[in-house]
Amino acid sequence: MKNTHIEKDSGAGKSSASGGGIKQFYAFVKKEFFHIWRDKRTLFILLGIPITQIIIFGFALTNEVKNSKIAIVDLSKDYASRQLIQKISASKYFDYDQRLYAYNEIDPAFKKGKIKMVVVIPQQFGNDLQHINSAKIQLICDGSDPNVATTLATYANAVILDYQMSINQQQKLPYRIESEIRMMYNPELKGAYSFVPGVMALILMLTCAMMTSIAIVKEKEMGTMEVILVSPLQPFGVVVAKAVPYMLLSMVNVMTILLLSVFVLDVPISGNLSLLIAESLLFTITSLALGLLISSVTDSQQVAMLVSLMGMFLPTVVFSGYMFPVENMPVPLQVLSNVVPSKWYYFIVKTIMIKGLGFSYVWKETLILIGMTILLFALSIKNFKTRLA
Amino acid sequence: MRTLFFLLQKEFRQIFRDPAILRIIFMLPTMQLIIIPMAADFEVKNINLAVADHDHSVYSQQLVQKITSSGYFKLIHYSSDYKEAFKEIESDKADIVMEIPVHFERDIVKDDASKLFLSINAVNGMKANLGGAYIQNIIQDFNNEIRVRLVQFPPIPPQTVISTTYSNWFNPFLNYKVFMVPAVLATLLTMVGAFLTALNIVKEKEIGTIEQINVTPIRKHHFILGKLIPFWVLGLVVMTVGLLIMRFVYQIHPVGSIFTIYFFAAIYLLAVLGLGLLVSTFADTQQQAMLISFFLMMIFILLGGLFTPIESMPSWVQKIVWLNPVSYFIEVVRMVILKGSGISDIRNHIFIILGFAVVLNGWAVFNYKKTS
Repeated sequence: MKNTHIEKDSGAGKSSASGGGIKQFYAFVKKEFFHIWRDKRTLFILLGIPITQIIIFGFALTNEVKNSKIAIVDLSKDYASRQLIQKISASKYFDYDQRLYAYNEIDPAFKKGKIKMVVVIPQQFGNDLQHINSAKIQLICDGSDPNVATTLATYANAVILDYQMSINQQQKLPYRIESEIRMMYNPELKGAYSFVPGVMALILMLTCAMMTSIAIVKEKEMGTMEVILVSPLQPFGVVVAKAVPYMLLSMVNVMTILLLSVFVLDVPISGNLSLLIAESLLFTITSLALGLLISSVTDSQQVAMLVSLMGMFLPTVVFSGYMFPVENMPVPLQVLSNVVPSKWYYFIVKTIMIKGLGFSYVWKETLILIGMTILLFALSIKNFKTRLA
Repeated sequence: MRTLFFLLQKEFRQIFRDPAILRIIFMLPTMQLIIIPMAADFEVKNINLAVADHDHSVYSQQLVQKITSSGYFKLIHYSSDYKEAFKEIESDKADIVMEIPVHFERDIVKDDASKLFLSINAVNGMKANLGGAYIQNIIQDFNNEIRVRLVQFPPIPPQTVISTTYSNWFNPFLNYKVFMVPAVLATLLTMVGAFLTALNIVKEKEIGTIEQINVTPIRKHHFILGKLIPFWVLGLVVMTVGLLIMRFVYQIHPVGSIFTIYFFAAIYLLAVLGLGLLVSTFADTQQQAMLISFFLMMIFILLGGLFTPIESMPSWVQKIVWLNPVSYFIEVVRMVILKGSGISDIRNHIFIILGFAVVLNGWAVFNYKKTS
């Protein structure tokens, strides 16, 4: 295939008027748009992913624990225990599902999978409360999901405390410390506030990096790259022309996400909108550079896609801080997370959009992103071989 | 039968000849299984605390000490300037700012009550909630200590006190990894089963070799079986690799029987392979197949109970989750590995997944026509 190697004679390229160069570039961009537009399924999914994610995160996913199925073992069976059981089942956190009669029924109940916690009321519960003013309750939690277990125990404690207070007729204790709490930036503790920035980072990465790299590699794989090389446009122009429609697509996605979060999820944009858009543009270019790098080192679509998934998508989800708290990770992973561009973008969006702070708070992170972009571009240009051996 | 045998030979050869795919099939699960459970720890700890102490009394300093020695909080700022402390929240260095007013100690002893002010960064709702709860618990505890020191309580408490004891079964150390690893395993299997199958078939469509097979006397069901069986085997191999990692890297010993897991996995793979097959009938290019699989996987994983409990979802979402095969697998894997559930406990799940397998495969076979 060596004889199909066409030398890109810059002299010939430059000799056509610069106006001609732009026209050719424009023609290429149009061609790329047609490619994307004609593939309605892909387009539909690319536009649909942010919407689906926002709907899922906004309405379906919550870390709040409620309606958990619990079982109660009442070994006392007196008035006091019945009152307590009533209080517990009235709570919106619990779904009183099963009544167990003996201690050895607890293990099989857990094994069946539905029960998350068992409350054991010991014998003589009512008697003890009356005569010695104290009693014990046992809480057994299914520790498989540690956070649910801890939360359920905290809620159960709160209900029991409530019951205790109702017996005591609210005598105030001496020497009290009262705490006044103010929740900042997100007074209703909505989960949406921390994931909308994450969805933005994810979508930009997906559209710009993954799709662009696959589009370029597809031409390589199919052999149409050679056909393109015969055209008078410089190879770099070919590549940029591929990137432009995806850039536009991602900006459309960003606007969709922002509109959805403001109007559907009630997450306001507290900061400067134009700064947010500018930073998003910067991140778009960073992802494009990453996509270019990937396409320059892979030869088949499947591999490009899997490398994008492993090298980009997974790190974005895991290390940006959007699903998992970064500070909980072992230190080497925390260090690794600094290499992922989405982590910086996520921080920038969170600071501008949720906290409403200005450029002075994000200039450091912006600089890091710019640096990464330049590095990625340099690497991919070095690697980029439009020559097919 | 002989045609099937030859087809299988061809498929296996093709898979093993592509070194990239093979490497990825084994590297992807390994890396995911190693990185995700280590990274995915939702336990709320390392909460950064900034304190503005206007009192500097014995009580205020004891309180701060008590908070930091609990292990959940890190004191990153201690001064008597509220503005300085507040800046720490703005720059994301602190999660909570506690302001101790002047005369804190004096007011408790003389006036019977004193106030503390807490400002919590609530961008991360769960962290704010739990962090707030922890710090309030510690403050209550501190309050009780002071009270006990200042007041003598008679042997029978004047007011009723109910105390609770608390124990955790199946995961006594509340290790989050024990929770995540089985679920990540389930997700991996789904990805390999559905994703790779779809890609494989669509690649043939795209290259054009499917046309060539279509003109041979090879029957529809031979072709489909020829595609499904290799990936079914591969899926079980990935499962084994995953179980080995779980055992030797994470030290998680399954309480239930491994046979139960394999049995369920074998049936589950049939269902996800059917899904992959179905997706391949709807896609014309690898790009499309990949995007469709990705889209479906994303929905399945998010709604599968991997990160957030299914019971907390609104009821209309829970009905949608019934259609999500991944959620059943995640549940079964957790149940068998952590609690030791047996086949009779997962009977319902088995039937449901068998149903999925029949429907998905049937639909796919119906869609696949030799002449397009």
